[in-house]
Amino acid sequence: MSLQSKLESGKFVITCEVGPLKGTDIHEVEENAELLKGKVDAANVTDQQSSVMRLGSLVTSQILIQKGLEPIYQTVCRDRNRIALQSDLLSAWVMGIKNVLAITGDLPQLGDHPEAKAVYDLDSVTLLQTISKLNNGTDINGNELQGKPSFFPGAVVKVESDTEASMELQIAKLERKIAAGARFIQTQAVYDADSFAKFMKRVEKFNVPILAGVIPLKSAGMARYMNNNVAGVMVPDELIQQMTDATEKAATGIQIAADLIKQLKPLCQGVHIMAIGWEKRVPEIIQAAGL
Amino acid sequence: MILSEQKPFEEILGYLDGEKSVFILGCDGCAQSSGSGGPVQVEEMKTKLEEAGKKVTGTKVIDFLCEKALVKSGLRGRVDQVAAADSILVMTCGIGIQAVAASVNKVCHPACNTVNLGGSRGEWRGSERCQECGQCLLDYTGGICPITACTKSLVSGACGGASNGKCELSPERDCGWELIYNRLKSKGQLDKLKVFIDPLDHNKLMARPEMLATSRYALEQSDKEVKT
Ligand code: SF4
Ligand code: SF4
Repeated sequence: MSLQSKLESGKFVITCEVGPLKGTDIHEVEENAELLKGKVDAANVTDQQSSVMRLGSLVTSQILIQKGLEPIYQTVCRDRNRIALQSDLLSAWVMGIKNVLAITGDLPQLGDHPEAKAVYDLDSVTLLQTISKLNNGTDINGNELQGKPSFFPGAVVKVESDTEASMELQIAKLERKIAAGARFIQTQAVYDADSFAKFMKRVEKFNVPILAGVIPLKSAGMARYMNNNVAGVMVPDELIQQMTDATEKAATGIQIAADLIKQLKPLCQGVHIMAIGWEKRVPEIIQAAGL
Repeated sequence: MILSEQKPFEEILGYLDGEKSVFILGCDGCAQSSGSGGPVQVEEMKTKLEEAGKKVTGTKVIDFLCEKALVKSGLRGRVDQVAAADSILVMTCGIGIQAVAASVNKVCHPACNTVNLGGSRGEWRGSERCQECGQCLLDYTGGICPITACTKSLVSGACGGASNGKCELSPERDCGWELIYNRLKSKGQLDKLKVFIDPLDHNKLMARPEMLATSRYALEQSDKEVKT
């Protein structure tokens, strides 16, 4: 069953992340795809994540299709103008890609090419509007297409915000993303089921399937790093303490992720596991969570 | 107003490599207020170049180096000093350097980088900036410019990058969209966050054709009279 039909029929889904590497070596991507297929419903293919230049998400999505794993093609607005974005989307459809995740994208200054020109010709909302137009058979300017796609567009949202303005802006933008055509939402990593429940209360009226983000902890240092450097990630002190005390760090990290998934499952329609280098352990997490 | 800053001295010395003597030209306009090419900086440059073993044949600070007529009249009494130099080091903005290069038949080296005004129109103390986008959006954003206040110039609201109200670029920079939110809230205009704004028309962000330097540009015509 495809991601779209599963979500539309109200089933619980599992997605994960496959990050293209820097260079032309695709062994690891192929291995991970082999290992994850049948275990997850779809895998996001990140697009120049953290503004670090790597192999493209378009071709990597196609590799996943060849390996029998359904991709969610991520596309950021940082690197391409509206002509290139639309053209890549048409290419994606021709390659057999159905799911697209529209993202604004981190600033180039955060990556390994800080001198690069940032584009942001479109942003996540206007890109979603563009995808909807392509689905309706025209380009962004209303010019007719010969043959049209039928994408299943998605978007992202931050659950935790440190200011009222940030929280309200996230919700307002989520509403616009959905109005612009987003039909599923993946969230930034969640570590606190209570605050996720509060968030869900506020957004349930939008009636769009939400997949809670989960990043397994590898160490206390990683948790502290994310708290200080990754916007919207807040690992509670108890979890950091648990990781500090653990003798088997990996096992503890996986157990925490599995427990979290059990708590999040009744609140939403799926989980999105971002393993960040631990792709091979995703099946273990899924099993421990009883999914 | 144009903002400029001095290039690193090593870079300037590199340009002068193989040359023995130089004439220094400064500007009493924007380069003076930028602190990059006024009388003070010209004197400092003279000392440093002499210490580096160069012969400075003369210096001159002219009111506006961007005005070719002023460049020519300003140098009238210094023809010998200019002629004695291998090159001219021009301490001003990109327009001034180009105007000198067009007016004097000598190799002209830039001593300054002309830097982005960031929509500030020069040495402006306020925090308001305008990038002259030609499609003013201030009605939707509580009078705070999203093009200049948001690092990504987003028109559809905040990205997910802000932490504690600061932009993902740096903890020194406020998130423009959080400022917009707070402003809209204080003016009772939060419903503006529901408005869809079209992607920017980048044609309107570019200089209009009649503003670009062409052979028909009116000021160039008037300049012909002083050209010899
Ligand atoms: S929206 Fe455009 S015209 Fe208005 S202040 Fe900003 S840059 Fe200037
Ligand atoms: S953090 Fe705020 S100011 Fe910075 S790019 Fe995102 S929305 Fe714009």
